[in-house]
Amino acid sequence: MTKMLTDARSIRIKGRSFLAVVLAPDLPFDDWLVRLDDLAARSAGFFLGRPVVLDVTDLPIDRAQLKDLIAELAGRNVNIMGIEGGRPSILGPGMPPALKGGRPVSDEAVTKEPIIELRNGEPKPVAPEVRSALQSMVIREPVRSGQSVIFPEGDVTIIGSVASGAEIIAGGSVHIYGTLRGRAMAGSLGNASARIFCRKLEAELVAIDGIYKMAEDMAPGLRGQSVQLWLEGDSIIAEKLI
Amino acid sequence: MGKVIVVTSGKGGVGKTTSTAALGAALAQRNERVVVVDFDVGLRNLDLVMGAERRVVYDLINVIQGEAKLSQALIRDKRLETLFLLPASQTRDKDNLTPEGVERVITELKRVFDWVICDSPAGIESGATLAMRHADMAVVVTNPEVSSVRDSDRIIGLLDSKTMKAERGERMEKHLLLTRYDANRAERGDMLKVEDVLEILSIPLLGIIPESMDVLRASNIGSPVTLADARSAPAMAYFDAARRLAGEVLPITIPGEKRGIFGKIFARRAA
Ligand SMILES: Nc1ncnc2c1ncn2[C@@H]1O[C@H](COP(=O)(O)OP(=O)(O)OP(=O)(O)O)[C@@H](O)[C@H]1O
Ligand SMILES: [Mg+2]
Repeated sequence: MTKMLTDARSIRIKGRSFLAVVLAPDLPFDDWLVRLDDLAARSAGFFLGRPVVLDVTDLPIDRAQLKDLIAELAGRNVNIMGIEGGRPSILGPGMPPALKGGRPVSDEAVTKEPIIELRNGEPKPVAPEVRSALQSMVIREPVRSGQSVIFPEGDVTIIGSVASGAEIIAGGSVHIYGTLRGRAMAGSLGNASARIFCRKLEAELVAIDGIYKMAEDMAPGLRGQSVQLWLEGDSIIAEKLI
Repeated sequence: MGKVIVVTSGKGGVGKTTSTAALGAALAQRNERVVVVDFDVGLRNLDLVMGAERRVVYDLINVIQGEAKLSQALIRDKRLETLFLLPASQTRDKDNLTPEGVERVITELKRVFDWVICDSPAGIESGATLAMRHADMAVVVTNPEVSSVRDSDRIIGLLDSKTMKAERGERMEKHLLLTRYDANRAERGDMLKVEDVLEILSIPLLGIIPESMDVLRASNIGSPVTLADARSAPAMAYFDAARRLAGEVLPITIPGEKRGIFGKIFARRAA
């Protein structure tokens, strides 16, 4: 029997881009997992509710090893939505789909609305002010606990403080004219020249180009100071601003 | 048209219900018509603090479901004839609190009363967001400790995003009411400093209510502290806060410190 098309409405298919966290594990996985646990322990809920992509480019592993790794991650409540850079021989049924074409910045970004994503389904907290070709976003009020400002297209400037439990994720640099108590992540799509500036540093976590530093890793002398942070090689350098 | 105020906090047990009753009774003593509305469906308390628990026949849910008229559910205070209570239901499911129903009730109350004060449940779930939905201004009740301050910060974010005012692109007026402030613990450095709380939350200060046995005594006899013992320290702090809500500019004193020094600083911020 052939199926009859009874409903003339077409199916709506929409494209939508999301900002995913990319995890690039290295071998041996056991050591890498220890470091991941360390990050998770010090930054509770880091991966909760986020799309996570596993980047296995150039890793000499077989399907069983990959399966084990995914199971280890699932056991930590890190659910993998896709795998990047995996050879077809190690992927297959029961595995997350292969992802290709991840872009640092989407082509449409230039014509699209900027993204302010608030987790927990809240509508945007603040009216973003967008200037010159969407390369920067200015927020004129404090960012409150529980809010995330995500702007992969460029710099984010906050005129106000960023509360404990709030986060700013920018493709470019992050400028905070207030106290940074939450998290700031600059160069989130892979931009090692991005910087973080804040009038007063009390941060829970700062990250540039995926390299992160927790509060306890920061020199105590920097707390409460006006600080800029940048990347030199694989380490975050901080310096007081005068 | 009356003003709708939500008394909210995020964190539980910080003094929302106490403050709703105290501010309501203080405003009613200025001869303004006040209704205090309990949004804490299933865990109602406001009737007890108001001493009206044995007079509840109908409640907010009954009115929303069309089982009673608003006039039947309103309970007039025995001591102050301009003070009314709209109780919450203790038995019904909180899903009966529908957005349309709440909107209808608040609109009707605004026509009759000068002040509609909504006592929010703790948390950030639908009860709390419905209580704040139609507010013109918010009283954010905070204790001087980190968890309460962080929860208040979260609630301020919701006030700026989930309310009608926010959705219309207007600014929600928010005031910080610092409660259970213990001068001895402050002296020992066991509590957050007033300046620190203000710096973190960056909203104007409505008042500082001292920790006091007078609050417990008043609630045990079923009376807002501003009615039970108008000369007590917490009552006087609530009276001042009510005057500020009504638009007066008064200096604020930190309990246990000399009047004037800090008063000058905060009066400016609270204005
Ligand atoms: N200034 C104060 N001094 C001493 N005790 C106080 C003070 N304010 C409130 N309390 C006490 O703290 C307890 C909690 O107060 P209240 O019920 O008003 O808080 P709430 O925020 O409404 O709580 P919930 O989140 O459960 O609704 C009560 O026992 C109350 O008497
Ligand atoms: Mg209560």
